[in-house]
Amino acid sequence: MTTPQPVGVAEVQGIAADEDVIRVRQLVRSVAVAAKLSLVDQTKLVTAASELARNTLTHGGGGRVEVETVTDGRRTGIRVSFLDSGPGIANLELALTDGYGTGVGLGLGLSGARRLVDEFEIETKAGRGTRVTAIKWAR
Amino acid sequence: MDAATTARFGALLRGHHDGLLKDWTARVMGGLHGLSEAELGRQVEELYAALLTAVDEGGTLDVGGPASAELRAVLAELSRQRAQQGFTSTETVTSVYALKEAVTEVLDTNDAQQLRDFVAYSALIDQLGLFTVEVYARAREELISDQAEQLLELSTPVVKLWDGVVAVPLIGTLDSARAQVVMERLLQTLVDTGSPYAIIDITGVPAVDTQVAQHILRTVVAARLMGADCVISGIRPQIAQTIVMLGIEFGDIVTKASLADALLHTLRAGGYEVVRRPPRDA
Amino acid sequence: MQRVPVLRLGDVLLVSIQVDLADELAPWLQEDLADEIVATGARAVLIDISALEVVDSFTGRTLSTIAAVSRVLDAETVVVGMRPAVAITLVELGLTLHGVRTALTVELGLAVLHGGPTASLAAPAADDLRASP
Repeated sequence: MTTPQPVGVAEVQGIAADEDVIRVRQLVRSVAVAAKLSLVDQTKLVTAASELARNTLTHGGGGRVEVETVTDGRRTGIRVSFLDSGPGIANLELALTDGYGTGVGLGLGLSGARRLVDEFEIETKAGRGTRVTAIKWAR
Repeated sequence: MDAATTARFGALLRGHHDGLLKDWTARVMGGLHGLSEAELGRQVEELYAALLTAVDEGGTLDVGGPASAELRAVLAELSRQRAQQGFTSTETVTSVYALKEAVTEVLDTNDAQQLRDFVAYSALIDQLGLFTVEVYARAREELISDQAEQLLELSTPVVKLWDGVVAVPLIGTLDSARAQVVMERLLQTLVDTGSPYAIIDITGVPAVDTQVAQHILRTVVAARLMGADCVISGIRPQIAQTIVMLGIEFGDIVTKASLADALLHTLRAGGYEVVRRPPRDA
Repeated sequence: MQRVPVLRLGDVLLVSIQVDLADELAPWLQEDLADEIVATGARAVLIDISALEVVDSFTGRTLSTIAAVSRVLDAETVVVGMRPAVAITLVELGLTLHGVRTALTVELGLAVLHGGPTASLAAPAADDLRASP
């Protein structure tokens, strides 16, 4: 499978407060609409982005998201990358388990977001911040 | 094409305007069947005019540039029409290339400059041809996907059985992609009709495997989240056996063999009583 | 801070959540509703989410909390107008909206609250008559 190549320029949104989560949703929605994702796929992606944005805010101490349209030669997709320089996730496997820390911890947020997108990657190290990348392809 | 060549092209197009137009139109008509002469003539004239406009802008002419905007627009419209009318891409592009043939007729092949110029004109017309093909391809794709959508709509009819009760007979195989669309359509119907009850009839589904069952289950869960509920009907004996064998659990989702039973169940849940009136005396 | 208007329909409170206001308003909404329930003696809260294009786990928890708080105050909560795309996403997300009843529309929600039949088909009918002998 070819590495997804960006199409155009990435749009960046800082995540420092509650209102930014809304901005992230609006940004992702508009890029998804432009890439002609179906309504349900748009909703899934925006919801996943909302989860990840909130995580970045509450657990990462704030950060930013980079949203870009990508292509693998055949299809168009949207890639969202959430970055923070927070404490990182100490036990990634545990964090990705359904229901972990429901309501308080990362729980549903990460594992749920993963289910909503097609590709999902996390780079994290305790004390060194986190980078979560997700891609949703247009069908 | 450099500015000087563009200027000469402009002069050529103007100088032989009527002749070229007539020749081009004739060649186009020869290649396309079923279109009226008048209509075709008008289209070629429009194209010719747009080409002249682009050429008159002067400078280095290229198909992607701002000077060629009108030209692209006219070509795109033409190309889309041909796609919708069912012509092949060859038939469509040949109309554009026909201009080359028309131009060769008015060239003095002994004049080296004119021959050099022709190479440039030819390259430009090739570009126009490529552009035409691209638009054509996109238009055909859109057409095909529209038709596929219509087909899908036809195969997922929604029937209002009663106030608040809709029946969705599923017909045909349910692959992942189709199941997703059917699911969305069913849920949207619940919203559009304000019906809290849906009867999903699977009489027309030839086989049910784990994937299909999961799609149906997910649909019911989604309907419940929205404040509606579903009954599954039309379960044939073989399907019932397959379901048990595969260990598919429908949980508390009601399943009925016949649509009639499903309707009765739904009516009762909705607070209705179905009563047979005593026969009247003769 | 912008507050969400709470309408009164008899002994039912109606709240209409508009797009993208949900986030910041969550704590205020919970408080305002609790206050209103007590002040008016309302026995039900209808939350209209038909304008919401996205319901994430945070919003879901907010709705569940509102339902829980209302229940403690002896009022029922019904969430209406969930969009199909949202429902499909919630199923995939694995969010169940625990403790929250739902209805397709405000009318249906009110009907359910006033003792009408619920949409659930799972409750077994009294005697399961076959349609044809």
